[in-house]
Amino acid sequence: MNMEGILALTGWGGLRWVGPVELFERGPVWLRDWAVGWLPEGAKVWAEGLIPAVAVLAVFGLLFGLATVAERKLLGRIQNRPGPNRVGPYGWLQFAADGVKMLTKEDVVPRSADRVLHFLAPIVMLAPVALSLAVIPYGRDLVAADPRCGLLFFFAVGSAAEVAAFMAGWSSRNKYSLLGAMRAIAQMISYELPLVLSALTVVMMAGSLSLVEIVEAQSGYWWGVIPRWHVMTPWGLAGLLLFMAAAAAASNRAPFDLPEGESEIIGGFMTEYSGFKYAIFFMGEYFGMFAVSGLAVTLFLGGWQAPLAVLEAAPSYGWFFLKLGVMIAWFIWVRGTLPRLRVDHLLNFGWKYLLPLGALNLLVAMVWRGLGGWAFPGAGAVRWLACLAMIGLPAILWGRLLMRSRGWGPRVYRYAS
Amino acid sequence: MITAHHYLAVAAMLFGIGLAGALTRRNSILVLMSIELMLNAANLNLVAFGRQAGWEQGSQAALWVMCAIAIAAAESGVGLALILAIYRHRRSAHLDESPPLKG
Amino acid sequence: MATGFIILAAVTLGAALASVMLRRLVHCALCWTLSMAGVAGLYILAGAEFLGLAQLIVYVGAVAILIVFAILLTQRRELLSIERLTAGSWVTGVAVAGLVAGCLWIGLAYTRGLGGAGGASGGPALETRELGELLMGRYVVAFEVAGLVLTVALIGAVILALPFEQPREASGRRADRPAAGEGWDARRQGGQGA
Repeated sequence: MNMEGILALTGWGGLRWVGPVELFERGPVWLRDWAVGWLPEGAKVWAEGLIPAVAVLAVFGLLFGLATVAERKLLGRIQNRPGPNRVGPYGWLQFAADGVKMLTKEDVVPRSADRVLHFLAPIVMLAPVALSLAVIPYGRDLVAADPRCGLLFFFAVGSAAEVAAFMAGWSSRNKYSLLGAMRAIAQMISYELPLVLSALTVVMMAGSLSLVEIVEAQSGYWWGVIPRWHVMTPWGLAGLLLFMAAAAAASNRAPFDLPEGESEIIGGFMTEYSGFKYAIFFMGEYFGMFAVSGLAVTLFLGGWQAPLAVLEAAPSYGWFFLKLGVMIAWFIWVRGTLPRLRVDHLLNFGWKYLLPLGALNLLVAMVWRGLGGWAFPGAGAVRWLACLAMIGLPAILWGRLLMRSRGWGPRVYRYAS
Repeated sequence: MITAHHYLAVAAMLFGIGLAGALTRRNSILVLMSIELMLNAANLNLVAFGRQAGWEQGSQAALWVMCAIAIAAAESGVGLALILAIYRHRRSAHLDESPPLKG
Repeated sequence: MATGFIILAAVTLGAALASVMLRRLVHCALCWTLSMAGVAGLYILAGAEFLGLAQLIVYVGAVAILIVFAILLTQRRELLSIERLTAGSWVTGVAVAGLVAGCLWIGLAYTRGLGGAGGASGGPALETRELGELLMGRYVVAFEVAGLVLTVALIGAVILALPFEQPREASGRRADRPAAGEGWDARRQGGQGA
């Protein structure tokens, strides 16, 4: 006598027994369908679009708060200090205090500033980045929008952030803001190309621009154990590293944060913003980081897929957010470890190193697919090592060549005697 | 029901606005922007015809638009570099000042 | 469907009009960017999603930035660039433009056979795969030539925008400039010695 039979006995025969696995997995979708079911027919279309949007904004808003606290605590630990630990349990409610502070600060607008542009710039920064969060698949059926060109949509709306940076820097009527804005724009457009090239490799191998299909192309396991994520291939590994480097630069994240480095140019294009507008810029920057991290997880790390077949019982969105957390922790770790790049080094790195390697990665992906026909025993390992050499050796040698041409060499340590 | 007529009408008006800008304004960058408006009006025409023929046959129109966007971007890049070079020589981006290339 | 078209067309035409009529160059550039975004929306509404998104990436993401950089680099003294509109001349320009647009409208009104709604809300949208197959198959030469044109334009624009260096004099260096390789130390020692 199973659970279905027991339920039938009790007279609740219309219901279906669901185990905890399925409850957690399908829960959000059932919740949405139930909420939409309450509404009249005309409002259903609106609700089906609005409910995922509100859910995404709510989840990522909370994640933004937690990420700011996590960043400060992690940076603190890297720098051998505890980080914020007073507000809430072990300091984890610090974001609430910060939010209250930002909201109650006076909104100072310079007298000669262009008021319309000054007001619109934070909105133009935040809206496209929040839009780009809509196409990322968070779980098995949890995607707010699935256009056929989902990845292209992501990059198209992401490129609107540069206009916002210019609007902010220009409307402040401040030489340093303008300078910071121009540097920020130069950095963002320079690193958009390696970002798109790394993503293009994945599109070529998965055969679709739709992010849902890209995640589903990474399902299955090799020999039942190793998941078929793109990062498990040599071009995927190189692609992930290139993508993370370009993503850090495209979202003005350390070590590429010269346009907003506090010790250099005070705030860059955000100098003349205070209070809520600054909070919107800050949120836009973090949402940008979440968006590219989410995209990296989707493209390379298998999205919401579980790493082992036995672990598929855990809900898919749990795996997604776990991987997203790993990516965010990686960003925070890199921020705390590496020094800031100077602007000409930054541009050189993007154009002369990442861009050729991105193109080479595309070639290596083609070779990988071309060599897929090998069938002799040990073919997989040989193919892996050959493609890894094809992308790894030029990466190291080209880096050495570029460094040597600028007169740099391997690091020499000098100790006091 | 939105037919090709509507798209073509919008494209014609956009072309007219671009032409008015190119003929009226005296700043070289604004003239370039107006020329880009005219180019986009022509692309909108192509998209309207591609849509009307159905996109299975109209995909060639889409291809044309892609090439036009690429060439327009290249042209605006070179045009702006030219404006910068002339500005450096003349310290002005105004079209009315007597051009030293004349005569 | 129709409301979307009306809104997008209004935004596109309104922003284009603003971009040719406003007085501050930066405002003109930003309105122009909005107009380009409106055109991208019209492409997406017509079913050509790839074209609309490519238009956004190219025009809003790249050409708009080019234009604002050019505006910033061709300022004179102040950061406000106010345009002078000489009184009599703009009437002629607007009249000619109105004439051309009017001719286009009349030609449009008398064209028949445009009534079919091929790719309307019911019809299929443009397939990216199909566009890719055309680009790589039948029209691969056009694709390569476009790439070549872009490369040549890139190199040409960089060369055109490079600052023109004055030819150096052949006779030695000036007295107050330190010798190559000494730089900081020479000036410091000169300062301490003086």
